[in-house]
Amino acid sequence: MVVNCEEVWREISNYLEEDVDPGLRAAMEEHIRGCKRCSAVLDGMRNVIQLYGDERMLEVPLGFSHRLQRRVEENMPGSRRGFLGWMVAAAAAVLVAGGLEVARSSVFSHPELRSEHARPGAGVPPEMLVVVSTDGKTFHAAGCPFIHDKAHLRTIAAREAEREGYAPCVRCMKKYLTA
Amino acid sequence: MPEEVTSLKSAAQQFDEETLIRRIRDGEHDLFYELIRPYEGRVYAAAFAILRNEADAEDVAQEAVLKAFKHIRQFRAEARFSTWLIQITVNEARMRRRKEHAHMIQPIIDHQDEEGNYSPRDFADWREVPLETLERKEVRQKLAEALASLGEKYREVFVLRDMQHLSIEETAKTLGISPASVKTRLLRARLMLRDLLAPGLGGSWSTKLSFAKGTNPW
Repeated sequence: MVVNCEEVWREISNYLEEDVDPGLRAAMEEHIRGCKRCSAVLDGMRNVIQLYGDERMLEVPLGFSHRLQRRVEENMPGSRRGFLGWMVAAAAAVLVAGGLEVARSSVFSHPELRSEHARPGAGVPPEMLVVVSTDGKTFHAAGCPFIHDKAHLRTIAAREAEREGYAPCVRCMKKYLTA
Repeated sequence: MPEEVTSLKSAAQQFDEETLIRRIRDGEHDLFYELIRPYEGRVYAAAFAILRNEADAEDVAQEAVLKAFKHIRQFRAEARFSTWLIQITVNEARMRRRKEHAHMIQPIIDHQDEEGNYSPRDFADWREVPLETLERKEVRQKLAEALASLGEKYREVFVLRDMQHLSIEETAKTLGISPASVKTRLLRARLMLRDLLAPGLGGSWSTKLSFAKGTNPW
């Protein structure tokens, strides 16, 4: 079997899907070996598939995960949103009442850390998304190799991680560690 | 990663997923985010590919995830959960697009006749592009712009097959078209993207893509 350029182009996508019969496949390979143009088309198409197929092409906007998680939690049946709303209001009232006292002392203490050995962070962007594990003590950048217990991870804003007592990872969050 | 390790990993992932789904159905609703978390990038990408607008894509992605929760009992274990989730997302995005069609920007390549043959326009040798170039935001941006310039029927097929890695049959089912149409559209989408992105192509660079004539984005 002999094929020309047009026939190769028509089947080139199926060829890459391994969806052509062996006879046609052999004929296409024979043609492509001797044809610079078809060889360029094949290489280019392979590049397209490889580049777009990479996970990095699936990036989400900043804060997407956090907003999605919040939306999911708010819409769960029996969501404690109402109760939480009340709690937030109550907490806000307490904060307002205590605000003057904090301002007077002009010292902002960190929440109690989960580990007595950990050091609190400084200057961590509050909206930065970080990864924590339920039983862990530190928060990490996504993909940090020092994350323990990868089965129970959550992605939350750094502000919340600090509020829950997580401290910066000494490796991936080193720049935020206080001296 | 060796193939064996990969398949063990995906088998373990599937097992975890089945367990999670069972527990969610049994009332542990707070586990639902854990279930969809690995796929949130894919859900967003599917919505964005159809809507080409970040705000709409995010809203639709959230709606699709909530819909998946609402209908979790209808999920059949013979399908992959990720495929089912993407199908819901595509449906949601298409409904949104229909609703807001008047506000959508017209794609620059929508006049192509699907039945006619599409021939490559240039045969510049495109040497292997290292995947590391994807670390560069401007490269990802150029790829996204090229994709957004395709007509929607090509874009949808390409995104589901080559970015979401659905099979030809799953892509056909999701879009409600025949596998033969998927193959035809996929061929054209791949050829068009190659033409748009192949370096040194000169005249084929669209000014809308803002590539300088004859230069490479990498």
